Amino acid sequence: MSENNIICHDNLVYDKTRVMTDKVLHYCPGCGHGTAHRILAEAIDELGIQGETIGVAPVGCSVLAYYYFDVDMQEAAHGRAPAVATGIRRVMPEKYVFTYQGDGDLAAIGTAETIHACNRGENILIVFINNGIYGMTGGQMAPTTLPGMKSSTSPRGRDTSTMGNPLKMTELVAQLPGTYFVTRQAVHAPANVRKAKRAIKKALDYQKLNKGTCFVEIVSNCPSGWKMTPTQSNKWMEENMFPFYPLGDIKVPEK
Amino acid sequence: MTEEIIIAGFGGQGVLSMGQILCYSGVMQGKEVSWMPSYGPEMRGGTANCTAIISDRQISSPVLNTFDTAIVLNQPSLDKFEAAVKPGGLLIYEENGITRKPERTDINVFSITAYDESVRMNNTKVFNMIVIGGFLKVRPIIELENVIKGLEKVLPERYHHLIPLNKKAIHQGMEIIKERHSLNQA
Amino acid sequence: MKELRLMKGNEALAEAAIRAGADAYFGYPITPQSEVIEYLMREDPARRTGMQVLQAESEIAAINMVYGAAACGKKAITSSSSPGISLKMEGISYIAGAELPCVVVNVVRGGPGLGTIQPSQSDYFQAVKGGGHGDYKLIVLAPATVQESVDFVKLAFELAFKYRNPVMILSDGIIGQMMEKVELFEQQPRSTHEYEWATVGKKEGRDSVIVTSLQLQSEEQEKVNLRLQAKYREVEKNEVRFETYECEDAEYLFAAFGSCARITRKAMEMARARGIRVGLIRPQTLYPFPYDDIRRLSEKVKGILTVEMNAGQMIEDVRLAVCGETPVEHFGRFGGMIPSPDEILEALEQKIIGG
Ligand SMILES: Cc1ncc(C[n+]2csc(CCOP(=O)(O)OP(=O)(O)O)c2C)c(N)n1
Ligand code: SF4
Repeated sequence: MSENNIICHDNLVYDKTRVMTDKVLHYCPGCGHGTAHRILAEAIDELGIQGETIGVAPVGCSVLAYYYFDVDMQEAAHGRAPAVATGIRRVMPEKYVFTYQGDGDLAAIGTAETIHACNRGENILIVFINNGIYGMTGGQMAPTTLPGMKSSTSPRGRDTSTMGNPLKMTELVAQLPGTYFVTRQAVHAPANVRKAKRAIKKALDYQKLNKGTCFVEIVSNCPSGWKMTPTQSNKWMEENMFPFYPLGDIKVPEK
Repeated sequence: MTEEIIIAGFGGQGVLSMGQILCYSGVMQGKEVSWMPSYGPEMRGGTANCTAIISDRQISSPVLNTFDTAIVLNQPSLDKFEAAVKPGGLLIYEENGITRKPERTDINVFSITAYDESVRMNNTKVFNMIVIGGFLKVRPIIELENVIKGLEKVLPERYHHLIPLNKKAIHQGMEIIKERHSLNQA
Repeated sequence: MKELRLMKGNEALAEAAIRAGADAYFGYPITPQSEVIEYLMREDPARRTGMQVLQAESEIAAINMVYGAAACGKKAITSSSSPGISLKMEGISYIAGAELPCVVVNVVRGGPGLGTIQPSQSDYFQAVKGGGHGDYKLIVLAPATVQESVDFVKLAFELAFKYRNPVMILSDGIIGQMMEKVELFEQQPRSTHEYEWATVGKKEGRDSVIVTSLQLQSEEQEKVNLRLQAKYREVEKNEVRFETYECEDAEYLFAAFGSCARITRKAMEMARARGIRVGLIRPQTLYPFPYDDIRRLSEKVKGILTVEMNAGQMIEDVRLAVCGETPVEHFGRFGGMIPSPDEILEALEQKIIGG
């Protein structure tokens, strides 16, 4: 059998999705951002909405997301992505609009924008990557940093009496009448990746119903910021992040 | 005396701390010093460099485009900084990973196999101290005792037991640095 | 006792904030100044002086926390870099309007927008000419060394309280990231004085204190503006600070501030070695600006070159100073690029000597 017989379409089991560009991802080895990008891109591809999707990139490690998604994208100021997305969806009501934001972006500097976009029930998808730390600026405390967890601005561990408690944004926005579908997922293991992708696909699909904001949290890792190997970081995430941020749907559309 | 030094290599080779150790040592010797790192996303596993200036006089610019000495620890750094050495200046390169040797003939060129030596010493962490040893052999601008005092300042107390090992590494560096091209002979 | 240390600009500034007796620091991480809050969190000054340190949820929150602490008569400080300073501008205007003392540090990076994390001086206009809304002025200090990053923190608090005005320290990525020898001043006391303008709890027999920047009557607002203007004239009279280098016999003059003045000084040394008689003036206060002193120096020289890490901002003040009597040109690199001494010398030769 020659090589060409093997490299043929029928034998293809895995492929790069069309909705991602050929740019090399700049994320650290083992970082969850790459997988989260990929499933969002696959969902857009499978729904056939590449030409009707407009994305908003945050400020954070995923600031360059606009290089990787092969859809029209805008770059927002730190924390303002939901407001930018509101602007887009209000003037382009036929389009699919998503934001992709880290925890600092969404749950610290952009809390007001997040809450008010969700409360207005903007018909957008918010993908929220919760890695419990500020990755891009070098590992400072995030609003989602766990109690006792060390970071460069909580060098003795997060002391909730002075630094506040970790913010469960996802539970919070689920309380708001404007949200339609709210779920928490992970992408560190194949089963989780499949589930997370189904959730994103559903969330995008709901957008055409104009029933309100869909909010998908992905609990993720930051090997660099946590100062762990990728494997250690996934284990640490399972043992520490998941008990605090339990996975699963938090608000589902009424049948 | 003013010595303007650029140290460049991969992030993780200890490039930034080498410059800091030299500066701390300079302070111990009563010199004026300045240390300026390259910073930014390029530091994540990419190339890193720092400028260290040690002088008897007040230092004007902390950033420079030509140097008395370039210490380069990988090929991209050699490519970038070979041309930045002042005529008559000094270039030291780590042999490991260098595929294109320096070509200039108007400067002094030395090489060192600090990586191999650190492996022989069973501790790749002393790599940068071996390089410092090599540099101080060629340019004895700071006395060894002040380097040790500098190290005591940089290293947290709990690592002070490693100082003898670092001292040994400096000595090894002084032993193994090799002259490749010297203006004095030419 | 004074203490000698080798420190990074940002960390030295943070240490200086503790030693200056600051009561509180509020900030939000941003490169290239995150070391300020990281240092403070590591050092935990609550143990040393009782100083409070808090990571806010945004720069907007941080500057408003400063407003609150300052209105209690406390020494409050915040730091950020360009995009974050833009967010603070609203709060800074309110602080200036309410006449509160505070210190704001801007470790400038290249813009506009998200720009670059590399050093720049492109926020000169924002710092010196307003930035926020309304007729107000910040006192602006521009350190050129790690030592000045330390000393100016103490000075900034002194000026802030003397004039009840926000003071900005306009640093940049070079000074923030570089290490130099510094002499640290002795620990200063925190603010314990109960100022009559501060909200410290209404005492028996006095009116309640109201801290506000709002005046519903235009007549009243105009009075506030006139009072502010009178204060600014005082600041201009008393607080101009600058340094000159080799200006006695100078035929030409460089004008530069902050880290750029250091690089320019190197260019000056190189020029002198070639027999070009050039001097340098380095404003340490950008507001108040040394207009009179530059005018006086300009009378003896054939031309002035401003060297800035921006597209030409301080040059406008230098031109105002000389009123068209002396040619003034600008040389700049921007977007995070740093000019080299060679380039500066070449610009002097082409734009001033040859020009
Ligand atoms: C106004 C403003 N303030 C601060 C910053 C600096 N900054 C860039 S990214 C970031 C935090 C990113 O953390 P997160 O949102 O959790 O994303 P991650 O990097 O972890 O993916 C900060 C503080 C900025 N760019 N703009
Ligand atoms: S710093 Fe953390 S979040 Fe950012 S790319 Fe690296 S691992 Fe991912």
